[in-house]
Amino acid sequence: MSPGAAAVERWTPESRVAIAAAAVIVAVLAAGPAIFSANAVDKLTTLFIYIILALMWNALVGFCGLVSIGQQAFFGLGAYAAIRLANWGVSVYPSLFLGALIVGALSWPLSIVMLRLKGGEFAIGMWVVAELAHMLVNLDTLVRGETGISMIELDAYASGSRRALTYWCALAAMAGLLAVVFGLLRGPLGAAIRAIRDNEEAAESVGVRVAGAKRLVFTLAAFGAALAGALWVATALTFQPKAYFSPLWTAYMIFMALVGGLGTFEGAILGAVIFFAIEAWFGAMGVWYLVGLGATALVFALFFPRGFWGWVEDRTSLRLLPIGYRLRIAKLNGAAHGADGAEYGRDNMG
Amino acid sequence: MIFLNQILQGVLLGGYYALIACGLSFMFGVMGVINLAHGSLAVLAAYALYVLADRFGVQPFLGLAMIAPAMALVGWALQRLVLERSVRGGLLAPVLATFGLSIIIDNLLFQRFGADTRSLGPYVGDLSYDSWSLTDEIAIGKLAALTMAVAIVLLGGIQIFLNRTLTGRAIRATAEDPDTAGLVGVNARRINAIAAAIALATVAVAGAFLGMRATFDPYAGATQLIFAFEASVIGGAGSLWGTLVGGIVLGVAQSLGALVNPQGFFIAGHFAFLVVLFARLFFGDLGQRIRTALAGGRRR
Repeated sequence: MSPGAAAVERWTPESRVAIAAAAVIVAVLAAGPAIFSANAVDKLTTLFIYIILALMWNALVGFCGLVSIGQQAFFGLGAYAAIRLANWGVSVYPSLFLGALIVGALSWPLSIVMLRLKGGEFAIGMWVVAELAHMLVNLDTLVRGETGISMIELDAYASGSRRALTYWCALAAMAGLLAVVFGLLRGPLGAAIRAIRDNEEAAESVGVRVAGAKRLVFTLAAFGAALAGALWVATALTFQPKAYFSPLWTAYMIFMALVGGLGTFEGAILGAVIFFAIEAWFGAMGVWYLVGLGATALVFALFFPRGFWGWVEDRTSLRLLPIGYRLRIAKLNGAAHGADGAEYGRDNMG
Repeated sequence: MIFLNQILQGVLLGGYYALIACGLSFMFGVMGVINLAHGSLAVLAAYALYVLADRFGVQPFLGLAMIAPAMALVGWALQRLVLERSVRGGLLAPVLATFGLSIIIDNLLFQRFGADTRSLGPYVGDLSYDSWSLTDEIAIGKLAALTMAVAIVLLGGIQIFLNRTLTGRAIRATAEDPDTAGLVGVNARRINAIAAAIALATVAVAGAFLGMRATFDPYAGATQLIFAFEASVIGGAGSLWGTLVGGIVLGVAQSLGALVNPQGFFIAGHFAFLVVLFARLFFGDLGQRIRTALAGGRRR
């Protein structure tokens, strides 16, 4: 084959449109509080937080192969850190981000110990960490045990401006984290962590710095979950340790990432939207709703491990937010032909 | 003296943890799967015993003779329907699938039995509160002593089963290398299903003692899973007698922690778990080394 007959493709025409559309959507959403009703603004804030949670869990599991049942540790700690900082006199909205940064920084040394565990051991080990974090937070008299505390510092804002500010914070956090994860996954680190997920030993043998890459993703996921927890406190106004350190949060994350498509960037967003819709329709059913979530997670894990977006990727060449590499093979006469060309960085689950 | 008493109670508590950890550790050792529905299944067994006792007047120990085989069947089905399929899907699938299963079990139990806490204590007469007094300050609960005895008999029984019987040896061979075991005529599918059945039968026993020693509610499974996991990791995952050691370490840490602070019970247990993990970072797997040393000593 003559030189130049094959080319590595990173963007497709559809994906350029998708990126442009995403930018437009974020710009429109930024004007949200001026356009939408108060109820819609609250709902969207919730959706943004769900997208952060799904994105972060998906980055950890779908790309790095680290299943954690303990991400509620960071969710709860992020909320607690925000409350604690606000109580010490830090301005409320900066305290949300500052608290998440502190939790992210703390998760770095934690990662050194926890990443020694593999597979299921890592999964429950993280759950132990979450339980421990819960108990330690309960020791702070400010929290008053399981009774919890309100974020009274938020009362300084009128309810309208508080709603808008929280909305913007959530939107900025979501857009920022989406951009960071997208950038990371497209870069050299992205290739490294997908190599780790597919085969750790093989990745190490070709020079991937496995430990460093895993630690970075672990810390990023902790930071993201902490930020989500802090934002949740800003919308819910109250902090009860039991509700924030509940493994149910991780169950939600699993549901979103698994149904949307583990290891696909678009899947995390799709999964969060699906979960948001299901919660709106069936959330009132209480126990049966939770049984349904568990059953869906079980069925997807067994029969559709690649989720909805994985299903789309397997059947079409559609890539809206491409993070992999695609090899387009041209015919000898130079005509492009490679929609089905060999594709590298395709996200196969295990 | 109060110190000594707490340590003694902690050791006895370790018997219960060994009991609940035994099935988890066994399954991990044989199939390499950590069953996240483990705690929920123990609570399910406790509820089954409760229904038998409350509705039909079946004493829990008698009920266990029915529930243990029933749970073994559940184990068989679990292996065939869920674990076998999920293991083929890679490392993540079993964790996700069994976590989904635990959510289903917990919430179905809540749907059926509500939030009220239950106990099997009232159905075993004075066993649940009677004790032998050693001194004025130290007493040994009869139930705690029985739990410890059952844990030792169960762990010992499984050990003998693994060492002496044909099926036991086949289980060990499958755990070591399923493909090579297949070459010499071991049906790994069947063996794994048998191992899952045994593991779940021990879960039924653990569920019975869970119900007799304290109260339980539909969401108690998560805590039981965590205790079982901590005991088995402290003792060295996959090792049977290690779970007893791990259970005792966990129990002693918890009961000493309870002296310091009401929350100290849980905090000290979780800390003990993390300290053991941390120690392994620097000193390697101590339990493994001791076992190797002991085995070496015996050979010579």
